Amino acid sequence: MSKVTSMHDAVATAVDDGDSLYLAGFTHLIPFAAGHEIIRQGRTDLELIRATPDLIYDQLIAAGCARKVTFSWAGNPGVGSLPAFRRAAEEGYPTEIELEEYTHFGMIAALEAGASNLPFMPLRGFIGSDLPDHNDNIARVESPFGDDYVYAVAPIEPDVAVVRAQRADENGNAHLWGIQGEVKLAALAADTVILSVEEQCSEETIRSDPNRTVITADEVDHVVVEPYGSHPSYAQGYYGRDNEAYLSWAETAADRDTVEEWLDEWVYGVDDRREYVEQLGTERIFDLEPETAYATPVNMGEYR
Amino acid sequence: MTTDETETTTETDTERAYTNSELMVVAAARELESDDSVLVGIGKPNLACNVAKRTHAPELRMVYESGTIGSNPKTPPLSIGDPGLAAGALSIEPMRNGFNYYLQAGRLDVGFLGGAQIDRYGNINSTVIGDYDDPIVRLPGSGGACEIACHVNRTMIITPHTERRFPEEVDFITSPGYVGGREGRAELGLDGGPEAVITDLGVYRFNDDGELYVDSLHPSATRDEIQSKTGWEIEFADDLQQTAEPTDEELRLIREELDPEELYTDQAE
Repeated sequence: MSKVTSMHDAVATAVDDGDSLYLAGFTHLIPFAAGHEIIRQGRTDLELIRATPDLIYDQLIAAGCARKVTFSWAGNPGVGSLPAFRRAAEEGYPTEIELEEYTHFGMIAALEAGASNLPFMPLRGFIGSDLPDHNDNIARVESPFGDDYVYAVAPIEPDVAVVRAQRADENGNAHLWGIQGEVKLAALAADTVILSVEEQCSEETIRSDPNRTVITADEVDHVVVEPYGSHPSYAQGYYGRDNEAYLSWAETAADRDTVEEWLDEWVYGVDDRREYVEQLGTERIFDLEPETAYATPVNMGEYR
Repeated sequence: MTTDETETTTETDTERAYTNSELMVVAAARELESDDSVLVGIGKPNLACNVAKRTHAPELRMVYESGTIGSNPKTPPLSIGDPGLAAGALSIEPMRNGFNYYLQAGRLDVGFLGGAQIDRYGNINSTVIGDYDDPIVRLPGSGGACEIACHVNRTMIITPHTERRFPEEVDFITSPGYVGGREGRAELGLDGGPEAVITDLGVYRFNDDGELYVDSLHPSATRDEIQSKTGWEIEFADDLQQTAEPTDEELRLIREELDPEELYTDQAE
């Protein structure tokens, strides 16, 4: 049965106040439209989990949705810091936030523990660092097989993950290409999964290239078809990263008032992603479009 | 944090002029060898790798934290996950694989790191200034940095040299250098370690005890300037060198091909 729904309905059904949430995607395919819908629906008290909180969590934090941020790098790539995250961490505005901090490797390992249904995941990480002193979910363990040690991280199992891909069928089998990041792990680790895609395709298209499938339907609860749903992040082959938006965020979010104005204009002031894209304008969208470069097709063979 | 706090223009004996941020990029590029696999950072490290690849190290393999291997970007990326790093790469690994099989398993030779504070043993703080639970400044945190510092063979640190950046001890160890000296690092089971610190004043390396010393001075810098901005009595090499200046070709690459909009370097006219 088709799982296709609107982002409004998917968020209304899947996300509750107080939930732990992983909006996945490492630079690529960040589900901004989902983040904005969560803000519009006024969810509060959320634990926001992401390796890189990025602008998307800075916006959720600025809107007062967060009680806790679990992360490994809270900056604006190539630009500097996340102003709303810093205001919350340093001044407790607009909400006090608890921090649970990892390294990227540690965070990804914790997601893998969640995805694998294991009580912990070992890694050679955190060595010589002060981080384990400040996070009870990181612990040094001795090797059972000889004179060696590793660190272990407890599983991360979000209540809800929102993941994006370029295309999926109506059941949620999804093709993703470009940077995969932690998308699959987040989907496997979470209880409920919203999958958002640039376009819907047939199951036949999925079956024509199974190596490109990153998420299978059994993991997915809701499918949302939402073009440009990642802007100002990007979708490989569909549109590029809007670096101007990332560069200007430093100023936009610099103080409490300017970030409120931004939220009024771009989140509360539009009903959905379609209106957001209209407000963005065709020229800006065209500027982000890459030239076409197809991969060489592969022959899967027809076997009788 | 890619913008330098201090930039000065240096006149050379020809008409050519360059800035110290351009010199930093070139000095970093010269640390790279053609058969290196390098975990590239954004900003100056990315420029340095591209300068090296276009000059003395054509076989340099650029790997990014986002999992792209053998990236060949046409323009410098703003982030380590830009689409131009994925298109045309040799491979794209899920993040887990990149950290697990490539970094942790020791398959990467060089990594570039920055940081708000660097201490005399090359430990780096990119987490907090002040107390962790009540920070004066909350910095972005480790990201990939801690395990890069643990597992690459040679860590390169690129940072402007300001007094606040070089305390005797960092407020927080995000990424290990020679924790407790070279022996201390070995006792933790870590190989490799910091190889060089490249600033707008000079190139620094680490002695047999794992302690930072000044190996070469940039033409515009003085010993006093470095000492006055360092939180301990820093050593200078007995045969202290002057950092080799950029060549015309290196400057052309930076200005015309790699950073024409001066996003990551201040450039001389």
